[in-house]
Amino acid sequence: MSDPLTIAVPRGALFGGTLDLLDGLGIDTTEVRSNDRKLLFADVGIVTMRPSDVPTYVEHGSADIGITGKDVLLEQSSRKVYELLDLGYGRCEMVVAAPDRGDPIADALRRLGRVRIATKYPRVAAEHFAETGRQAEIVEVKGSVELAPLTGLVDGIVDLTASGKTLAENNLRVMEQIATSTARLIANPVAHKLKAEQIDSILERLRA
Amino acid sequence: VTEQHRSVAGKPATSRTAIPPGTRDVLPEEMRELRAIGDRMRACFERAGYGEVHTPALEYEDVLRRGEERAAGARYRTFDESGAVLALRSDMTIPIARVVATRYADAEPPLRFSYLARAWRATDRGVGEPREFLQGGLELIGVPGAEGEAEVVAIAIAALDEAGLRRHRVGVGDGALYRSLLSSFGVPEEAHVPMLESLSRRDLVGLEGQVDALGLAKAERDLLVGLPQLRGGREVLDRGETAGLDGLRALHDLLADRGFADRVIFDLGLVRELGYYTGSVFEVYDPAVGFTLGGGGRYDELIGRFGRDLPACGLALDVQRVHLAQAAEEALG
Repeated sequence: MSDPLTIAVPRGALFGGTLDLLDGLGIDTTEVRSNDRKLLFADVGIVTMRPSDVPTYVEHGSADIGITGKDVLLEQSSRKVYELLDLGYGRCEMVVAAPDRGDPIADALRRLGRVRIATKYPRVAAEHFAETGRQAEIVEVKGSVELAPLTGLVDGIVDLTASGKTLAENNLRVMEQIATSTARLIANPVAHKLKAEQIDSILERLRA
Repeated sequence: VTEQHRSVAGKPATSRTAIPPGTRDVLPEEMRELRAIGDRMRACFERAGYGEVHTPALEYEDVLRRGEERAAGARYRTFDESGAVLALRSDMTIPIARVVATRYADAEPPLRFSYLARAWRATDRGVGEPREFLQGGLELIGVPGAEGEAEVVAIAIAALDEAGLRRHRVGVGDGALYRSLLSSFGVPEEAHVPMLESLSRRDLVGLEGQVDALGLAKAERDLLVGLPQLRGGREVLDRGETAGLDGLRALHDLLADRGFADRVIFDLGLVRELGYYTGSVFEVYDPAVGFTLGGGGRYDELIGRFGRDLPACGLALDVQRVHLAQAAEEALG
């Protein structure tokens, strides 16, 4: 029962903040910081991966706990993981944005009865437009979402923005806020019970 | 294959050789092992006095709905010659409740039944998750309170011992606890459902926000936020400091008498998705795998909906998941 915890750590925007957090817990992250090709650091119980894979590993139990953005959890809301704590860092907004000339989204809805939206978050986008009573065609893209409205592929986008800089540089304007995202600590449901002491000890120190 | 038969992934949704996602063929080597696990569980149930029953895979959807509004998730439907809607059962608890009320309408309780049977549930994601699964389980009818629950939990633990598991544990909670706390703090009914949804997903961040929005006194607020994080041994039942834990305390003592106290984890935030549970709820874990092996609980109102008012509780194990856990335990050595 006293097996050490395996922690899923997101590479990318949350990586630095997460490693600082783990340092604060007394976990040695020196090797993780210095080696960006290696993925599994068994000595310190860390596995690194892209943020959107964290719920997958934690749901399966390959990692006991993990850190990822609320944006990822919203998009993958059917994953069976427990959300234990808002870690506060990595703050950004999930927004609807459109080209900064008039209101292309309202125009499309008025004239065509539907709006086309590009996003990496098809589930969040579809739910947001359904909840607000607007018909939307969701176009899933993998790369830079900002390109889609500039080329006429779509009328607007749903994406994550921290500073709004990338949006502004591409002449896009925030039209609506959908949600605020920060880093969250998640846990595997079985580990949450069977490794309760280790998980609670981390939670206590994070809350302090 | 014509264009309209293609699924989103670009692969043929149906072809002459495909089987639906979430279903599988079982070949002899795996079948032998699954059969061995099922046989050992069945023998354990029989020895404890739980006679095996079998009920139709297809039931009238109305009948399943009588047991639970959403028919416990039975979502595969078809029609018979007269246009009646039939559904593939999604568990064995509702059919057995029907059997008890109709075929044992005058029998002296307690009644004990077991089953090893397939059930079907739709999946939200469609990838990997099974739509068809084999359950081994038991139902104890007519024994109220902790006494009935201790018997069911103890037999489930013993059945898994016999199936070859060594490290399995049972999580025990009270599915009605949080709701009754909310009521006792005067939280309006309309706020209950979203909070219970957060609890059932263990979205503790969301739940904390919902609790804070209620503007309760600090002690009440702390209890509602802290309760879902209380889990562990007997000590948890003292730390909860809430009324309504007497049932779980009694259950602990009865399981301790049977020598199973260390196999049980009390979890005050545990709730189960199915709507027919009225009290204690159970989940079965093994440290070798990250998913639950099964679950159950007390359902004192279900059989009454079919016409005979009897308290009952039960527990079902997913045979394939037990097999996966057994293989994972072996791999860990």
